Amino acid sequence: MFGLGDQEWAAVSLSLQVAFWAVLVSLPLAIWVAHLLSRGDFRGKQLLNAVVHLPLILPPVVTGYLLLLTFGTQGAVGAILAQFGIVFAFRWTGAVLAAAVMAFPLIVRAIRLGIESVDPKLEEAAITLGASRWRVFTTVTLPMCVPAILAGTVLGFAKAMGEFGATITFVAAIPGETQTVPSAIYAFLQVPGAEASAIRLTIIAIVIAVAALLLSELMARRVTQRRVAP
Amino acid sequence: MIKAEIKHRFPDFALDVSVEADDGLIALFGPSGSGKTSVINAIAGLLKPDHGRISIQDRVLVDTERGIYVPPHQRRIGYVFQDARLFPHLSVKENLLYGQRFVSDGRDLGPVVDLLDLGQLLERRPVKLSGGEAQRVAIGRALLCAPQLLLMDEPLSALDARRRDAILPYLDRLHSESDVPIFYVSHAMAEVARLADHLVLLRQGRVTRQGLASELLSDPAAVPDIGVREAGAMITTHVAQPDAGDGLSELSTALGTLLLPRLSMPKGAAVRVRVLATDVILARERPVGLSALNILPATVETVHEGEGPGVAVALASGSDRLLARVTRRSARALDLTPGASCYAIIKSVSVAPQSVSASSREDQ
Repeated sequence: MFGLGDQEWAAVSLSLQVAFWAVLVSLPLAIWVAHLLSRGDFRGKQLLNAVVHLPLILPPVVTGYLLLLTFGTQGAVGAILAQFGIVFAFRWTGAVLAAAVMAFPLIVRAIRLGIESVDPKLEEAAITLGASRWRVFTTVTLPMCVPAILAGTVLGFAKAMGEFGATITFVAAIPGETQTVPSAIYAFLQVPGAEASAIRLTIIAIVIAVAALLLSELMARRVTQRRVAP
Repeated sequence: MIKAEIKHRFPDFALDVSVEADDGLIALFGPSGSGKTSVINAIAGLLKPDHGRISIQDRVLVDTERGIYVPPHQRRIGYVFQDARLFPHLSVKENLLYGQRFVSDGRDLGPVVDLLDLGQLLERRPVKLSGGEAQRVAIGRALLCAPQLLLMDEPLSALDARRRDAILPYLDRLHSESDVPIFYVSHAMAEVARLADHLVLLRQGRVTRQGLASELLSDPAAVPDIGVREAGAMITTHVAQPDAGDGLSELSTALGTLLLPRLSMPKGAAVRVRVLATDVILARERPVGLSALNILPATVETVHEGEGPGVAVALASGSDRLLARVTRRSARALDLTPGASCYAIIKSVSVAPQSVSASSREDQ
């Protein structure tokens, strides 16, 4: 049962690779945006909020198509990037971009909740002790939302692992290049006699998701325990 | 020398104060909603006033006319909040050293730990501290940044009476052993009278009176602003005989010898004693056969009639002054007019231990 075929292995390792990079790339930006949305006071805050949430409410296929229009080789941004040798369309990097965009709102929401739970009075106290806004953020706000950041990371990772619609629309499902676990499962289901492959990938997907969840719970608990330990 | 002129309009409240005081402990006293916290927030930079000029010694922090506004994190002003606001993700020691990341000339940990008795707490987490302990850590954390000024916003009001009494001696020590000027916000006159060198009375966003605490506390005209039950003169004196028998201590004042319940201070120690105006009885003749131990000869200096049934009488004897609150009827019956000689009677037991504190000033 667990003798994975080459195509299955390729799908699993690609999915892990895509999800890892998608989370790594969107995390700093998500922290920044979450901080803007929870502590910022500026014009266009609601617009930013709406734009961030767009991938969550749009049909994934639409998001994928928009990515294709923008970052495709003929797209407005894609054409410019192509001159510098950066190509997303039909590459694994495009799968990373699609997964990152789709995971972004989930990561932002989780971290935003964390930042909002940090008492601004503590940040005031840090200012009076000589910390600039940036240092307040890195020494008080950020460390205090470590559990929320962990939660956002796991949620984003799971979303990136499971992303299907936007990915397949933007970068198709080229085995070994852009065929992630979900699109591989879908492909196997189209072929008579490949159910065993589909089931193996399904089990692997479940195991990875549950493992990520348990790991984040464990880390979050350790952070909180350290805080209440004598 | 600290100068602060602050004008600021809130949606439902206008602040317009001008405070000028020498170093030492400056108390801002007033009822809640009088704007005390807004004043120190403006000094700390947590409130940007519409108009204002704030300077410490010669350093200008805010001058809206000249467009000067030093960002709060560069002001070097310590702030002890009502709620200690310790960082929950750091240990006590890490909390204490937090500000040292940003200043190169912070204080050494050791002396501050000794001053505030924090040695046992260093490895603990803030959630494991009692309210009083947390507040001591917060004071230490602010001090370690070597601030030019320390702001304290009702630091005792969140504590119960027992914890408050436990922390007051630390504040006495802080006041007498450290040379950092302190702005102390409170609505509890007992604390203010015990600690303040300079007193600023606030009401509805304005300063009603300000001046030396010793003068303002014994000024009968200030009684309405302080509160008739809170008013009382501050006598600065020294311990003449710690053990005068029968569990009493003897203090030597310009008014005469004052007998109080046993004090823990050594002979010669300078002390401040707050005598509530409502605890002083006046008599024209020296009474005999009286249980009260302190019968002090004095002269009426001024008499202040308020709107109520009572009058405030200031008594002088040498350099010390006493404040007595009696009914208007008694004042008339005894013919208490300026220059009249009389006797002030103070029951020893009416002076609570909290009303006696070590004095930092050697102006005897």
